[in-house]
Amino acid sequence: MSHAIVSLRSYLLVFAGLLVLLGATVGASFLELGIWALPAAMAIACAKALLVAAFFMHLHQENSLVRLVACAGLFWLGIMVMLAMSDVLTRL
Amino acid sequence: MNASTQTLPVAVVFQRASPSYLNDGYSVRSWLLTRDHKRIAILYMISITLFFFIGGAAAVLFRVHLLTPSGALFQPETYNKLFTIHGVVMVFFFLIPSIPAVMGNFLVPLMIGAKDLAFPRLNLASWYVLMAGGAFTVYAAIAGGIDTGWTFYTPYSTMFSNTNVIAAAAGVFITGFSSILTGLNFIVTIHRMRAPGLTWFRLPLFIWAMYATSVIMVLGTPVLAMTLSLVGIERIFRVGIFDPALGGDPLLFQHLFWFYSHPAVYIMILPSMGVVSEIIPCFARKRPFGYKFIAMASVAIAMLGFLVWGHHMFVSGQSMYGGIVFSFLSFFVAIPSAVKVFNWTATLHKGSISLQTPMLYALGFIGLFTFGGLTGLFLACLGVNIHVTGTYFIVAHFHYIMVGGAVMGYLGAIHFWWPKMTGRTYSEFWGRISAAIIFIGFNLTFFPQFILGYLGMPRRYYAYPAEFQVLNVMSTAGASILGIGFVLPLIYFLWSLKYGKRAGPNYWNATGLEWTTASPPETENFDVTPEVVTEPYAYELKEAIDAGGLH
Amino acid sequence: MPADYTEIPEAAFENIEQQRDASKLGMWVFLCTEVMFFGGLFLAYCEYRHLHPDSFAAASSHLSWMLGSVNTVVLLASSLTVALAVRAASLRSAGTVNLFLVATVLLGIAFLSIKGFEYYTDYREGLIPGSSFTYSSSQPGVQAREVEMFFMLYFIMTGVHAFHMIIGITAFIVLIAMSRQRALSLQTIENAGLYWHFVDVIWIFLFPLLYLVGHH
Repeated sequence: MSHAIVSLRSYLLVFAGLLVLLGATVGASFLELGIWALPAAMAIACAKALLVAAFFMHLHQENSLVRLVACAGLFWLGIMVMLAMSDVLTRL
Repeated sequence: MNASTQTLPVAVVFQRASPSYLNDGYSVRSWLLTRDHKRIAILYMISITLFFFIGGAAAVLFRVHLLTPSGALFQPETYNKLFTIHGVVMVFFFLIPSIPAVMGNFLVPLMIGAKDLAFPRLNLASWYVLMAGGAFTVYAAIAGGIDTGWTFYTPYSTMFSNTNVIAAAAGVFITGFSSILTGLNFIVTIHRMRAPGLTWFRLPLFIWAMYATSVIMVLGTPVLAMTLSLVGIERIFRVGIFDPALGGDPLLFQHLFWFYSHPAVYIMILPSMGVVSEIIPCFARKRPFGYKFIAMASVAIAMLGFLVWGHHMFVSGQSMYGGIVFSFLSFFVAIPSAVKVFNWTATLHKGSISLQTPMLYALGFIGLFTFGGLTGLFLACLGVNIHVTGTYFIVAHFHYIMVGGAVMGYLGAIHFWWPKMTGRTYSEFWGRISAAIIFIGFNLTFFPQFILGYLGMPRRYYAYPAEFQVLNVMSTAGASILGIGFVLPLIYFLWSLKYGKRAGPNYWNATGLEWTTASPPETENFDVTPEVVTEPYAYELKEAIDAGGLH
Repeated sequence: MPADYTEIPEAAFENIEQQRDASKLGMWVFLCTEVMFFGGLFLAYCEYRHLHPDSFAAASSHLSWMLGSVNTVVLLASSLTVALAVRAASLRSAGTVNLFLVATVLLGIAFLSIKGFEYYTDYREGLIPGSSFTYSSSQPGVQAREVEMFFMLYFIMTGVHAFHMIIGITAFIVLIAMSRQRALSLQTIENAGLYWHFVDVIWIFLFPLLYLVGHH
């Protein structure tokens, strides 16, 4: 199914947003965030990934099956990391 | 009527519009460059039969070795190589491809009313990938073998083994992509190429099983690929991810390995369950009891199967709390399997049962899989696991599932769809005899192993205390009977290709779109895309029509 | 809505729409497999950073966050160019498609060049894991062997990523060459684009995890 064509302006805005977030993540690394450094970096990375996925990869226009498939990989990765880390974190 | 015209043979009932897929070109090139999913299925069938006998030969050798306690036949190192190659070949080159690559490839498009899979060239590529991986592994076996066990545990595989680990790991790595490509093909095909009217809950249960299996193949196998890559990297560069000397964690290997290898066992069993779901209704002449539950149980097994891998690591040094969680989840994953067993049994109840060979295999599956599955629950129990882990109890458990379950499902499938695939019938007499021999041989081989394991005989040992000899001899005796049972079908199937009676389109009077095509089907499967308007498994309707003499 | 390039569907498909849908779905399923492929490395990283936080922070400081940032900009820009290439394909302007594909290839090569330069500097500093690894630190909690583990992960993760980039660049070059013979199908370009964006997303996560561990 052909999608509505995204405007050039939209793409450039997304790109600008990505650059801003890149600046944010580099900037954050100069701040003394302590234990929040990793979550902050990951949150920003997730935001960037979301921009790329939604707009560059057209997920915002896709049907629910494609979106489900897109999420499935991440979800399964999450299972692997969380369950395995639960072992690492609770070893005596 | 003109006297000079030839009378038509009486037996012609099915006029072909085009040649069957078997007759559509006879050259080697037409087979090796085919895009026809049915031909690719046959290529796979030949290949995995070959791998099965290679893995089986290794088993024959070490079972003979185990006739005596002191293990007089092979050196310990050779013994290690034998059980390793048995495991590697049987798991990765026989069980994982078996039903998906043979029956799935053949049947998925037919069952959903499509002309082929979504990506036919990718399908052919997947077969070549399997063969390439097989070449690496066979090379590894011949050029000195590997002795790490099929599980490649670190640090032995990365730092201490002097055998062809990299070649074998490369072989398995490559073959993994065969699995991934097949799964990808099935997922897209089932989503996007169903015939009009074929809604999800009108699909045959075999398709549900193939779909669930494909999800596992696609999501699990890449992790194995990465894990084996890391083993290879560590061996080649002598610096590793799993090396404690660098602050690494050998358990990380086990987490990564079992994250794939546990769901892998569901790759091996779900297709067989799908086959049983097709055979039982046909030979009980009843629709499956609880169709939706069986369908959803397949998906549930696929998903829950990813949450339990830690039950392979209870004694590895894993966190005790992690162990408790994995134990609980392992009990949980048995539930959908149990649902299926109950539903198959309920399907049999008040059915009009006939015991042809496919049904014998399906019934054998239900019994042996239940047995194996129950012993799995024992193993999910932390306390019991500590006692029997690393013993023959485990070996018996997984062979009940993989041979008593998966292999019997595979054989049942071959027998059931043989008339469709080849247009020939096999000898029902020899089919039943072989099924009986396999059943007896199998139980004689593996039941003693439960006892051996419980009594404490460790697995992967080339020698054992003398008090275990009687049970070992029983097991080897059983193995020889089992071997005969496996060779017989090879003989009578090959015989049937030339001398078997020809089969019509619907030899078993079964439901399903595949039975509406010719036997063997034409290359394009359907001249006209079928439209589905009925529920699946309309056996009661069929029985009513046949009884009333209407057609 | 602009029509696709004139295409005849393959035999198994009823119409071109079905084929495009299937092709796109297949690409996304493949990307799922790639997520899981990289996933193992992310798990390894997760575990070891948790176990050796100070060593990881110290090790990370030896990577140039400036070069990493530049590379991130380069890769993000290449995602933009490939998105624009797909857009041009939808608008059926073949010349513009090629322009953006060439731009993507050039940006990809730029990324790999910078990466190669970084690898070279690491080599000069004795940070390649193995027999030539040299590192010493008097900081508490920092162990040379754990720093070596960080670099092991660094080289494997960026190496596998770079390998995927080489495949992507090669694919684009093949597409550019093919486009001289015949019109490329929109779905092919879109699929190649999806792959490239995925490789970009992997880097989006690799960059902070590898370059920005410690606080500067």
